[in-house]
Amino acid sequence: MDLSLLSAMNAERTARRATVLVTNPSTGAQRLVKEADVGADPLADLLRDRLRTGRSGMAETPEGELFLTVQVPPVRILVTGAVHISQALAPMAKILGFDVIVVDPRTAFATPERFPDVALHAEWPDVVIPTLGIDRYTAFVALTHDPKIDDPGLRMALASDCFYVGALGSRKTHGKRVERLAEAGFTPEQIGRIKAPIGLNIGAISPAEIALSILGEITAALRLDPATGAKRTAA
Amino acid sequence: MLSTDDDILNRAESWRRDGKGVAIATVVETWGSAPRPVGSHLVIDEEGNFLGSVSGGCVEGAVVTEAMDVIESGGSRMLEFGVADETAWRVGLSCGGRIKVLVEKVS
Repeated sequence: MDLSLLSAMNAERTARRATVLVTNPSTGAQRLVKEADVGADPLADLLRDRLRTGRSGMAETPEGELFLTVQVPPVRILVTGAVHISQALAPMAKILGFDVIVVDPRTAFATPERFPDVALHAEWPDVVIPTLGIDRYTAFVALTHDPKIDDPGLRMALASDCFYVGALGSRKTHGKRVERLAEAGFTPEQIGRIKAPIGLNIGAISPAEIALSILGEITAALRLDPATGAKRTAA
Repeated sequence: MLSTDDDILNRAESWRRDGKGVAIATVVETWGSAPRPVGSHLVIDEEGNFLGSVSGGCVEGAVVTEAMDVIESGGSRMLEFGVADETAWRVGLSCGGRIKVLVEKVS
């Protein structure tokens, strides 16, 4: 592989843009196709299909048998609430290969001391989230219980095509949340996307256990086909 | 710290920029039960340092050795691994699967 190709691939990944590396294993010929340039490629249909499924693999094409390395952006977890659960969730998510961003306008919570090596924004979600963007590789997690902080993020997440939305809170808290979102014009179907109570039911008690249950649920949303409950073929 | 896909390809780039010989190994096909999915990477430098995986640890040793050859000779080669007892002189996968791994030099 040419170093320039490798470095272009890494740059696209950092910028959260998908790519397909097309390799002819018999000749060694390679080209990198960026998401935005797929339409102009002779293999446009095939590449579009691969980008949609995120699946790398061999393919029979008019150009011969090719290997397609599909690179989709890393999963990002956007959290509102620089709370105890987030402190456990951030390092665990890092081991799983997920990027974490924590947003909390309360400067006493959102401190670098409490969140070493985490992308932290001590700002209001309605100000900062639009600049970060919520794409389909993003999971949104609301952990403050405070509607002033969680709701703006939830509204943006429900309006996006992010792959997971979860919100912490008792059934009562969630009931009120559902009412507020319905008043804001969201349909029951949209509101139904919210995982609440958040996390897999593993009997979690401590903040770290709750973080584990949330990360388990995010992983399931990523890896299982919602229609069949079966494992998606590996990305 | 455990390495993610990000770290792996970024490491390959930074090794190369440091002037080291580098190869990238990629799982291109799997049959049966294979420990790592198609598209998984292992990156290797000329001293045999490596990051990532193409199997559950079963064939990495052999891939690293081949990769050091590729770094020396240039180009790329396709490796295939089957079950462990298939060929006594070669390492294999105890899980019974088969994998094909493309090893290419970063030039």
